[in-house]
Amino acid sequence: MDFGTEKTALDAKIVTTIGNPNTGKSTLFNRLTGLRQQVSNFPGVTVEYAKGHLALEEFDVQLIDVPGTYSLTAQSPDEIVAVDVLQGAVPETPLPDAVIIVIDSTNLRRNLFLCTQVLEAGIPAVIALNMTDSLPSLGIEINYPILEEILGIPLIPVSASTGDGITNLEAALVNTLRMPTPNRDLAICPDIDKAIEQLLSLFANHQVSSIEMRRAFIDKNGLADKRLSSRLGEPYSQLRDKLRSRLGKGRSISAIEARDRYSWINAALKKVQSVQDPNKNKAVEILDRVLNHPLIGSLIFVLTMGAIFQAVFAWASPLIELINLGVAALSQVSSDYLGDGLISSFVSNGLISGVGSVIVFLPQILILFIFIIILEDTGYISRAAFLMDRVMRGIGLSGQAFIPMLSSFACAVPGIMGTRIMADRHDRLATILAAPFMTCSARLPVYSLLIGTFIPNTHIFGGFIYLQGLTLLFLYLLGIVGGGITALIVSLLFWKRKKSTFLLEMPPYRLPKLSNVAIKLYGRAVVFLKRAGTIIFSVAVLVWVLASFPMGNGTKTEMPPSISQSYLGQMSKAVHPLFAPLGWDWKVTAAVIASFPAREVVIAALATIYAVDLSSDGKATPLSEKIKNAVHENGTKIYTIPMVLGLLVFYALCLQCMATVAVIRKETETWRWPIISWLYMTSLGYGGAFLVYQVGTAMAVAT
Amino acid sequence: MNTTLAKMSVGQTGEISGFQESNHSVENLLQMGLTEGSEIEILRLAPSGDPIELRVSGYSLSMRKADAELVIVTI
Repeated sequence: MDFGTEKTALDAKIVTTIGNPNTGKSTLFNRLTGLRQQVSNFPGVTVEYAKGHLALEEFDVQLIDVPGTYSLTAQSPDEIVAVDVLQGAVPETPLPDAVIIVIDSTNLRRNLFLCTQVLEAGIPAVIALNMTDSLPSLGIEINYPILEEILGIPLIPVSASTGDGITNLEAALVNTLRMPTPNRDLAICPDIDKAIEQLLSLFANHQVSSIEMRRAFIDKNGLADKRLSSRLGEPYSQLRDKLRSRLGKGRSISAIEARDRYSWINAALKKVQSVQDPNKNKAVEILDRVLNHPLIGSLIFVLTMGAIFQAVFAWASPLIELINLGVAALSQVSSDYLGDGLISSFVSNGLISGVGSVIVFLPQILILFIFIIILEDTGYISRAAFLMDRVMRGIGLSGQAFIPMLSSFACAVPGIMGTRIMADRHDRLATILAAPFMTCSARLPVYSLLIGTFIPNTHIFGGFIYLQGLTLLFLYLLGIVGGGITALIVSLLFWKRKKSTFLLEMPPYRLPKLSNVAIKLYGRAVVFLKRAGTIIFSVAVLVWVLASFPMGNGTKTEMPPSISQSYLGQMSKAVHPLFAPLGWDWKVTAAVIASFPAREVVIAALATIYAVDLSSDGKATPLSEKIKNAVHENGTKIYTIPMVLGLLVFYALCLQCMATVAVIRKETETWRWPIISWLYMTSLGYGGAFLVYQVGTAMAVAT
Repeated sequence: MNTTLAKMSVGQTGEISGFQESNHSVENLLQMGLTEGSEIEILRLAPSGDPIELRVSGYSLSMRKADAELVIVTI
């Protein structure tokens, strides 16, 4: 591949950071680039990466941070990208000029596994040996010069959290960029090396990189293997199988590689590392004991999750109110200033409320993100997965699905985005399809309007429980049960192909760094705004257009025209017969249709429909009064208890969220799953509402 | 004496001596450093007894009992 045209300046260089998870890799990345970075997506795949700039002597270095991985055996989407970056196979991301391999010095053995795999890719490399400041307390001593000598590349002890050694690392990187030298052949798996050489020489004119051939040969049915099989065809597969069986004699090549590599590492470590009895840190030990105590630890876990859940709602609500007030005021000001007319209506009802409906989500999303980032940076997120694994297994998922599910109670979009860490694609798919069932914050305004207006606030069971609260609880449970059953269905469909995959490192607890939390928060907020914000905004504007056109031929004062003549009104009347069995009139239908792209729009839509409709009396009564008094053409009340309960069930089960649909599309990389999910949830919502309304009405008649 | 990782109790230590079968899970375990000859220590169990958390080559790893059953340990 020729990337010469993309390098505009002579001294522009691409450097990538790679390393195990929990090595402080992103802290190091932030240390090197500061705020000169952005979170992007690798084209074509969902994996996010941070990209930053760094001026080093005569070089303009573009630093690419690939997701943490334990091995180049690519399994999760995050790991596949790491391999692709190392072979220059990612579109728009040229082959790196150098690699910074980040190693946790307190965990040298396992970290050297990936390190030596990366060295085999042949890209000039520098090792950043991180967390060397923790070595004395752990009783570990490492002989740096000998380790450097064995690996054959510069090895720089650093502490990403304090900044020690960073200038040395930069100097070593400059040296490597000035005089790139090929990595020494470590001869870790000589037999495998021979087989790969044979394969490479046979397909020399197919431009296969040696690292791609290596991974394809070693990782049977892995991504690289599948790619090469389809690219090189039968001659390749035949030779590969022959070499594999000759070399493996029944054992898998991957197991041979792992054993060879670890015996090489064991031999190397004997020369460079000595471990004494650690001088244990009393505070850390006590913390560990408390957090890991079967009873106290579980209690702390439940309290922590409860507190996060509570904070996401309680802390956000004053901010949300403030945003709503601000948007209403701004909307008022603009309509006062612009007067009546199409432009005024577009600015205040389309643009301003569109922007408002996006930023109103930000308080909850940002608070949720802060907590999740803190959970990640402290290492507690692994503890959560460990504690919840047994529970989540009940619905065919693993403990790693727990945090995405919890996030989905605020919003399914970050929840679904959070499934990326899951290596098993069927686990991941089940979690993605279950997430939209969780009662997200966009459902709450609908619930509170309908419950507050129609469910009597009576006490039941001796006054301890409110009927309104019970209804809300029921709706939460309905979402959890719906999601659980969905996950179970997906797991059962794929159960034959599923393997038990819960192999999770439990990192030591670490204090999160404020600047790291802030940089991560900023990155994720931008991604959320890009992915969900643009859709929510477009939908709000689209709903305005559908409700405002075609324009009446009346005078200016009749602007905007009657809802019933608008496109929205016409559409609703046309499809209304479909929804009549749910007890809805065309106005409810219109509001529900308007909220299909974003469910929270239903409140604004109802307000518009009842306030704007010329057949209403036009008095400024609150929305709850208006819907209470709404009647069918025959004079019977529309919002009966069975109809309201049905409508609630509809909102609980239906996938009325374009942003979620778009995120499912992005994360599953196919339209199949978002379409299936949408059809499935919409049918469930319709069926549920139908059942509740019909049975409820029949019961009401019977009594 | 040989046993499996799944049958060990909290606080017990041992040395990995092999695997019950060779499959994809075992490949994963090998890559995470659970090779023959490695010393392991059971750190704790989740409240329901599964998954388990163990110490291997200087770090903590949690896994399900189903996977731990594959690992033969000499204690």
